[in-house]
Amino acid sequence: MSTALASPPTTVRAQPMGSALSGRQLAAALPSALRGMSPRALWDSPVLFVVEVGAAFTTVLAVAEPSRFAWAITAWLWLTVLCATLAEAVAEGRGKAQAASLRATLRETTARRRSPGGETVQVPSSTLVVGDVVLVSAGETIPGDGDVVEGVASVDESAITGESAPVIRESGGDRSAVTGGTVVLSDEIVVRITAPAGQTFVDRMIALVEGSERQRTPNEVALNVLLTSLTIVFLLAVVTLQPFASYSGAAQSLVVLVALLVCLIPTTIGALLSAIGIAGMDRLVRRNVLAMSGRAVEAAGDVDVLLLDKTGTITFGNRQAAELLPAAGVDAAELADGAQLSSMADETPEGRSVLVLVKERFGLRERADGELVGAELVPFTARTRMSGVDLSDRRVRKGATSAVTTWVLTSGGVVGADVGATVDAISASGGTPLVVAEQRGQAPARVLGVIHLKDVVKDGMRERFDALRAMGIRTVMVTGDNPLTARAIAAEAGVDDVLAEATPEDKLALIRREQEGGRLVAMCGDGTNDAPALAQADVGVAMNTGTSAAKEAGNMVDLDSNPTKVIEVVEIGKQLLITRGALTTFSVANDVAKYFAILPAMFAVAIPQLSVLNVMRLHSPESAILSAVVFNALVIVGLLPLALRGVRYTPSSASALLRRNLLLYGLGGVIAPFVGIKLIDLLVTLVGII
Amino acid sequence: MSAVQVLTAVAQVLIVVAVLAATHRPLGDHVARVLSSPRHLRLERAGYRLMRVDPDADQRWSTYLLSLLGFSLASVLLLFGLARLQDRLPLDVGAPSMDPAGAWNVAVSFVTNTNWQWYSGETAAGHLLQMTGLTVQNFVSAAVGIAVMAALARGFARSGERGRVGNFWSDLVRSTVRVLLPLAVLAAIALIAGGVIQNLHAHTDVTTLTGGTQAALGGPVASQEAIKELGTNGGGFFNANSAHPFENPTPWTNVLEVVLLLLVPFALPRTFGVLVGDKRQGTAIAATMGGLWATSVALLTWAEMAGPGLVPQAAGGAMEGKEVRFGEAASALFAASTTGTSTGAVNAMHDSLTAPGGGAALVNMLLGEVAPGGVGSGVYGMVVLAIVAVFLAGLMVGRTPEYLGKKLARPEITLVALSVLTMPAVVLVGGALAITLPAGLAGIQEPGAHGLSEVMYALASAGNNNGSAFGGLSTGTPFYETLLGMAMLIGRFVPIALVLALAGRLASARRVPATAGTLPTHTPVFVGLLVTVTLVVVGLTFVPVLSLGPVVESLS
Repeated sequence: MSTALASPPTTVRAQPMGSALSGRQLAAALPSALRGMSPRALWDSPVLFVVEVGAAFTTVLAVAEPSRFAWAITAWLWLTVLCATLAEAVAEGRGKAQAASLRATLRETTARRRSPGGETVQVPSSTLVVGDVVLVSAGETIPGDGDVVEGVASVDESAITGESAPVIRESGGDRSAVTGGTVVLSDEIVVRITAPAGQTFVDRMIALVEGSERQRTPNEVALNVLLTSLTIVFLLAVVTLQPFASYSGAAQSLVVLVALLVCLIPTTIGALLSAIGIAGMDRLVRRNVLAMSGRAVEAAGDVDVLLLDKTGTITFGNRQAAELLPAAGVDAAELADGAQLSSMADETPEGRSVLVLVKERFGLRERADGELVGAELVPFTARTRMSGVDLSDRRVRKGATSAVTTWVLTSGGVVGADVGATVDAISASGGTPLVVAEQRGQAPARVLGVIHLKDVVKDGMRERFDALRAMGIRTVMVTGDNPLTARAIAAEAGVDDVLAEATPEDKLALIRREQEGGRLVAMCGDGTNDAPALAQADVGVAMNTGTSAAKEAGNMVDLDSNPTKVIEVVEIGKQLLITRGALTTFSVANDVAKYFAILPAMFAVAIPQLSVLNVMRLHSPESAILSAVVFNALVIVGLLPLALRGVRYTPSSASALLRRNLLLYGLGGVIAPFVGIKLIDLLVTLVGII
Repeated sequence: MSAVQVLTAVAQVLIVVAVLAATHRPLGDHVARVLSSPRHLRLERAGYRLMRVDPDADQRWSTYLLSLLGFSLASVLLLFGLARLQDRLPLDVGAPSMDPAGAWNVAVSFVTNTNWQWYSGETAAGHLLQMTGLTVQNFVSAAVGIAVMAALARGFARSGERGRVGNFWSDLVRSTVRVLLPLAVLAAIALIAGGVIQNLHAHTDVTTLTGGTQAALGGPVASQEAIKELGTNGGGFFNANSAHPFENPTPWTNVLEVVLLLLVPFALPRTFGVLVGDKRQGTAIAATMGGLWATSVALLTWAEMAGPGLVPQAAGGAMEGKEVRFGEAASALFAASTTGTSTGAVNAMHDSLTAPGGGAALVNMLLGEVAPGGVGSGVYGMVVLAIVAVFLAGLMVGRTPEYLGKKLARPEITLVALSVLTMPAVVLVGGALAITLPAGLAGIQEPGAHGLSEVMYALASAGNNNGSAFGGLSTGTPFYETLLGMAMLIGRFVPIALVLALAGRLASARRVPATAGTLPTHTPVFVGLLVTVTLVVVGLTFVPVLSLGPVVESLS
């Protein structure tokens, strides 16, 4: 697991993970839900539109020929429409709070614009245009998105990322992008504005979390076509049923036919479709990832190839001491002691890792300052390429093989063949050897052994890659290392492939190659030279710390700047699609039980034989039909939490997922309404509505 | 029913299954080779020159469709002309000119591979019409089905081909010349050996056992019988169809005919699998079809042999309307197979099947003729349903829907949805019209639920291009001739047009490689899913109507 996952709560994810719906959430969404009931708003969703037309129709019928039954059905049909619009409103409502806190950062500020002449003018931040150059000092809010062109400053970006620790922004390089609304804490920077007011990163974030710019994703559109065609089929079936029923002497009341139609058309998925999409985006936002389009989230589910940077994603990013290999005739403890002494002056991460290793493996605790009397530390320099310590009668050195070898030979000592062999073996495995040697008194120096430094793979990466493989996703490690080192690390981490000595062009070429084979590629990146690859990738996650070019090119931005996040993005994409599929299957499977409730109710009076189909033993025809309609409405609200939360998802193969979900949502969808309708029937009869 | 009857019933099913198991691979592979071979036979070249077409042009789907429609229109006009003018042409054996509505119905019926017959073959169709018109259509209408399937398979197999799906003329001619013709010759010889007649005799007076005389018509029966079954056409030479002793003289020819009508439909999934480059996919399609067919055979056999109902109980079996040479089991097997394929030949009167048996036959057709369906049309119908299944449940593996390496987005699902909509629209609207309008009600023989079943059966038969008649309903009226003609036309060509458009879209799309994350469409789980989707989608559409017809009858 990446560390960023455990990062402190942020403003963006301030809302609790609402697994259960609170009454307050529903109440807050009600006004928007009522607005959503206008026919114009429902026109885009034919399933719901048909329900609303049906409800209007039965209202007219109930007014014309009032009966308890007609009014009950009418009321529940309107409630069905309301449940549907409520689902979408609740999903949207969850983004509203986030948008409000973001909006606070957009307040008007005064910018100090530097004119071409060199003098600075005070202007309102909203008048800034692309290309303007502004000065921002400590304590001031950065007036707009831009790149630092001069200076370096620490910036508080917590308004956007929720991360309270300040970040460094400096001109040039990959840390030059600043976001409007963030605050400079120290120093002064000169920023060139790259986005006009109203189109800044924060503006886009607000639009995204509010869902105001939400467009239907391709799969959502396609699914809607299928749902519409199912609606048409059922419309045909119900409309033509009346002539057949009349012929059979069992003509139906129009209220009953409308009820039948509404129960058959896929209202459940029709009502929850938007909510599922909005909630999917929301889940990304909660993990501090902003997807610029819903299309990208869907594409994430389809990803076949994952390009992962080695450094920071797969490995910790620096070499660490992994083992101590004593020279012939040297005790391991002796080597450990020498390694520790020689590393005392070494403040590099590699040096620290040696101290950690000897402490863990040999129980050698770190020696306190002053513990070694008369010790003189020899720090590492680029010239000597060695570090060490001089004690009264003993000198210890640690460093690059050639440097230490020279030091030993100069003192008249010899370097054994076994040491050479060990060094070669470590190099061949992609590691870095550090030789440790000591000189006691005036005797010739001797080699104690070799420290094996290597890139350490993060815990749990192998399991993650195994899981990805099970999902059919191939991982490619991208690194600037030489092929030998790269392959060694790849083998240890369990990735499928490596791109060694990779240049940005290589990366782009690899993505193009994979895409030509019909595969979808996801990657993350931060530098300007990553921009073409980010743009080419189907899912490109840009790090928030990266350049504005990279952020423009990607279709997602990770506010935590955690490169491992791309794996989670893929999982969220899959979960979104699975949720959609599960509820579709559930919705269609529900119809079986509804037939068993409604058909005998419709025809049993005229054709008594058909009452054997009343397997649920529902009380009366009216109670049966009403129960089916009530179930149909309540199931929307009942499944809303699932739609918002997403179905449980454990990475596994497609076969396993299909088996599990078919059983759960297919078979479950057949059985659940039998139970639900029967219970509602009991209740309806008990209360005496019918 | 006795143990011997049960054993016979099981044995003949096993024979059919064994033959199909042995033939579906080699035959399927052969058809695939024929469809993808670069060579033309000399005979075929002559045909292309005669029709002035280029057999090597790789057609876009729209051109392919226009060729198909043009060919079919020409065929309709030719048949219409033959039927109207047969009394003035040779070999008419006394058959009169058909009236315009009847001629239109016959023409459409045979061109759409339906072979709905409002007329009695022996009195209304002369030998010339039978041989040069109807039998020819029996070949080419089946070949059209194979052609559409081939185009769809190419759509899946190709990548970035800008909608090019092959050549209609070469698919049509090759399917006829290299597949159906040789099979028909072999089948005809086998049928003649089994006692089916083959001559050009007009009516012969024979003295019956009771001493009376009967005018028995001869004719080129075996040759027509062979392709009638092989091409899942079903139009009998005689009115009694395969219950007529000249068409189907013995229990052995009966089994042979069942084999013949299942032979090609069960081999074509293999062809499809080979053409799309993954034989397992063909096996899955065949398994789905086989499962549905076997269920229907079992249900029908049980219904006819156990005979629910008062009369069958008393008689020890539902023998009404059955040919005594065959008995209930052989009739049930035939009925399940003829309605499961879009053949529509009958060896028993389906009107007299028991209520659940008749219901099963009706459901077989309402499935959209996919169990195993007509020649070619069964496979493309099943592929369309597979796409629906992938769309409904495929998202549950966490990827956007894809089938056989092609992503399914809005354009694809729109075409598929319209194709799935067509048949229910035709059957339900047509049925509602027939049951409401006086002209429709006039044709109903029995009142009540059975009358409803008669009407639904006729519409289902026409809309699905099956062609079997339930009987009871008088359809030789302008109303039914026109209505059923429309149903046959729409039921055949609208899905064909949509499937070809789909093939074009797919051919243009890039192929996506399969990974462990791809929805597996060759596993038993998927087969189960496909069977369920087929039953549920169809079931949900037709259950209300069925519950008023066969279900009420069964429960009475």
